[in-house]
Amino acid sequence: MNRRRFFGFLQKEFRHIFRDRRTMLILFGMPIVQILLFGFAITNEIKNVNVAVLDMAHDDVSRDITNRILSSEYFHLYQNLHSEKEIEAAFKSGKVKEVIVFENNLAKNIYSKNIGNIQLIGDATDPNTANTIVAYTRAILLNYQQELNKGSKPPAIIQTEVRMWFNEELKGVYLFVPGVMTIIMMLVSAMMTSISLAREKETGTLEALMVSPLKSWQVILGKVIPYLVLSFSITLLTLGLSMFVFHVPIRGNIFLLLGEVLLFVITALSFGILISSIAPNQMAAMLISMMGLMLPTIILSGYIFPIDNMPVPLQVISNIIPARWFISMLRDIMLKGAGWSVVWKDTCVLAFMAVVFLFLASRRFKMKLR
Amino acid sequence: MNERVIATNITKSFRSTKALDDVSFSVNEGELFGFIGPDGAGKSTLFRILTTVMNADSGDALVDGFHLKDEIAIRSRVGYMPGKFSLYPDLSVQENLEFFAKVFGTTVQENYSIIKEIYVQLEPFKDRRAGKLSGGMKQKLALCCALIHKPRVLFLDEPTTGVDPVSRREFWEMLGRLKQSGLTILVSTPYMDEASRCDRVALIQKGKILDIDPPGVITKKFPLHVIAVKSDNMQKLRKDILKVEDAESVYGFGEFLHITMKKENSSTEKIESLLKQQGHQHIEVKIIEAGIEDCFMHLMEHNKN
Amino acid sequence: MKLTGENIIEVENLVKRFGSFTAVDNISFQVRKGEVFGFLGANGAGKTTAIKMLIGLWSPTSGKANVAGFNLFTEAEQIRKNIGYMAQRFSLYEDLTVIENIQFYGGIYGLRKNILKERAEELISELGMESFRKELIKNIPLGWKQKLALSVAMIHKPKIVFLDEPTSGVDPITRRQFWDLIYNAAEKGTTVFVTTHYMDESEYCDRVSIMVDGRIEALDTPVQLKKQFNAESMDEVFLKLARPTEVSSKQ
Repeated sequence: MNRRRFFGFLQKEFRHIFRDRRTMLILFGMPIVQILLFGFAITNEIKNVNVAVLDMAHDDVSRDITNRILSSEYFHLYQNLHSEKEIEAAFKSGKVKEVIVFENNLAKNIYSKNIGNIQLIGDATDPNTANTIVAYTRAILLNYQQELNKGSKPPAIIQTEVRMWFNEELKGVYLFVPGVMTIIMMLVSAMMTSISLAREKETGTLEALMVSPLKSWQVILGKVIPYLVLSFSITLLTLGLSMFVFHVPIRGNIFLLLGEVLLFVITALSFGILISSIAPNQMAAMLISMMGLMLPTIILSGYIFPIDNMPVPLQVISNIIPARWFISMLRDIMLKGAGWSVVWKDTCVLAFMAVVFLFLASRRFKMKLR
Repeated sequence: MNERVIATNITKSFRSTKALDDVSFSVNEGELFGFIGPDGAGKSTLFRILTTVMNADSGDALVDGFHLKDEIAIRSRVGYMPGKFSLYPDLSVQENLEFFAKVFGTTVQENYSIIKEIYVQLEPFKDRRAGKLSGGMKQKLALCCALIHKPRVLFLDEPTTGVDPVSRREFWEMLGRLKQSGLTILVSTPYMDEASRCDRVALIQKGKILDIDPPGVITKKFPLHVIAVKSDNMQKLRKDILKVEDAESVYGFGEFLHITMKKENSSTEKIESLLKQQGHQHIEVKIIEAGIEDCFMHLMEHNKN
Repeated sequence: MKLTGENIIEVENLVKRFGSFTAVDNISFQVRKGEVFGFLGANGAGKTTAIKMLIGLWSPTSGKANVAGFNLFTEAEQIRKNIGYMAQRFSLYEDLTVIENIQFYGGIYGLRKNILKERAEELISELGMESFRKELIKNIPLGWKQKLALSVAMIHKPKIVFLDEPTSGVDPITRRQFWDLIYNAAEKGTTVFVTTHYMDESEYCDRVSIMVDGRIEALDTPVQLKKQFNAESMDEVFLKLARPTEVSSKQ
């Protein structure tokens, strides 16, 4: 009996969701558009990239390598630098994308110590391009090293030191994917649930439900489950899209990742229920979710602005933003391949938040009018 | 007498305003009981408390034998139609009905006989979304949804507000037939003329019950005479009528003016001659039986202090 | 069609369609200056649509109409300046005071500051609301609110005032007091165009029209209508005319 009641409620919720085509289109369309935008804004192909060379060695090896790099179709020598001081100016001209620095006595070091140092400096204002350019350069260097070592023993090593200027965090499409996923999950989970409950307040249907044998946890669960399914499938779509279209790596365990996604969705959903218990109508629910949830999430979670660069008070506040912990975990798992031993702390923080919100939400949401 | 609802000393305040002030009454099995009063009289608050949607500050009630704190028991025994027709506008007629049936742990088939008579009118539109129905149809669907779990007591909060007189009349005819099946029905309405449709009515104003009785009794016990007056010039009549001595009040009632007067001093001849003096023609003056509205206004004025 | 000066509203073959649905189906009528005109009809009969056209909010699909001396098709802006409108119950701001509400609405209708000030004082003393002037609207009794709402709707001394179900849900005494105000306005020459679901109120009107399915099925004085339909009361007239229109949904 009880189960049928609950499933009747669930069925109704899914009907609401699927019938509202426009919202569905927005919810599924938004992550696609965002990922595509981030993806295509960054080109993977490079050709005739301007580089500057600071050759402090002026020997065979440095000349050899320079020729090799420039003879590929990818690079074009824009200028020769004469001191380290000129590097910044070269970048600031906006023409130079990479500076290659050969150390003093490069050839001598290679032949006598079997080790030589070359520094590659990328302009990370466009992080992905910088990454690609550096990778190309390293490939050429590696090639050269292999040829150099033919028959010689012990092998010589050319060490490359890579540095990124202007944006050492290297934020690119890879790093945006976790952020986009988080925002969408927040939107679907918190905002959509709070609006859907507030709508029942507006139409007066909630009052009719109150006079039914449905218990408050059944109503909460009935509201939560459909949006859980919805945000989970949107997350999968976002992940799939970034993996197969843009080859964003998922280096860590996919099940760990999905587990964390589930935890975050539950946190956001309980937040949504909490909002709807306060908001008298859809408009208020929307405003509270936007101002109280979306904005802090976008600004303080590290999605756009690195937390380390924030003023200290904001860094402290960012600790209470669930998304902050979630984004950092996602990045760890997806991009760094981190496992449970790394993310367990963040998971605990998030789980604690989920419990607190769930507790508050179930306390506030009563089958009663005040 | 078998009492289905017994309310005792129910009080409820919102901040400084008293929405319900020590309200007590009882409703018998199979009775059609009306709460008649304007907006803000406390009708909705009372219904919400009796259906356990809201807590009273003090006082208690027995609804179908259960105290208000027995929420689960009461909720499965009552049907409730809130002030706004509480339907899901994006669900179809049939889906709305099925939903409410499921929530109450039953099916439409099981209790179809109860709603059959009303639902047949909706059947041709069963796939239409509830948001696209006309006012009268929404009202009928909401009633079906409130009835589908076979409640023993039905609470209808202002089901006819904003509905045109034809649909209103139809709705009351439906309630009359539902009553025949033994259902106990509590209805609230701001329309005084609907009182006559009820077995008993409670006149309610500013959280207080002014009177409870069958409508016929309320009008019979009206202590004053009501004299209906009309003439060819009603605008002028409104001013001239104030010259009549001993008139307690004068109010327009359709094409007539109603003057309430102490019985011993009421004389139609006196009024007629006064109006003739003032140059009125086609004068009609007659003593009539008071209506519920006359009674309500009289009670309102006497309860001011 | 010419404006005779006697008629303040002249409507000829007015039609409003929404897609395939005809909400207002070829209606024609006149309202005389200073008249209290009752505009009745069942839910969904097209009353609201007709009113929204007459006050210049919606443009008609076809037909001719003159309101307050202006052409509905070409001078809607002028019409809006010369009419007052009070939607169901009140349009006052609950969180503003009496005087602030008056000032606001006066400002909307473009009254100049000195005139507005004068008019506001005049209005407050006319209503006897001196003691309420700095009270928030939500704190004043219902009856006063309603009187104020009507006065505010007429602060720019419009030629016609449109009242859409002004008394629904109001207690019987306040309801009657409100009709006294309507008479006062009419006496001063303002035409009153009113809708209601209270059939006794239709008897207070000089003339009454009844809309059914988008058409005006009857229009006359209450006395004549009762005679015509051989009815005891307006309620009966209405019931005889207005069959429920369940098939057509409200737009």
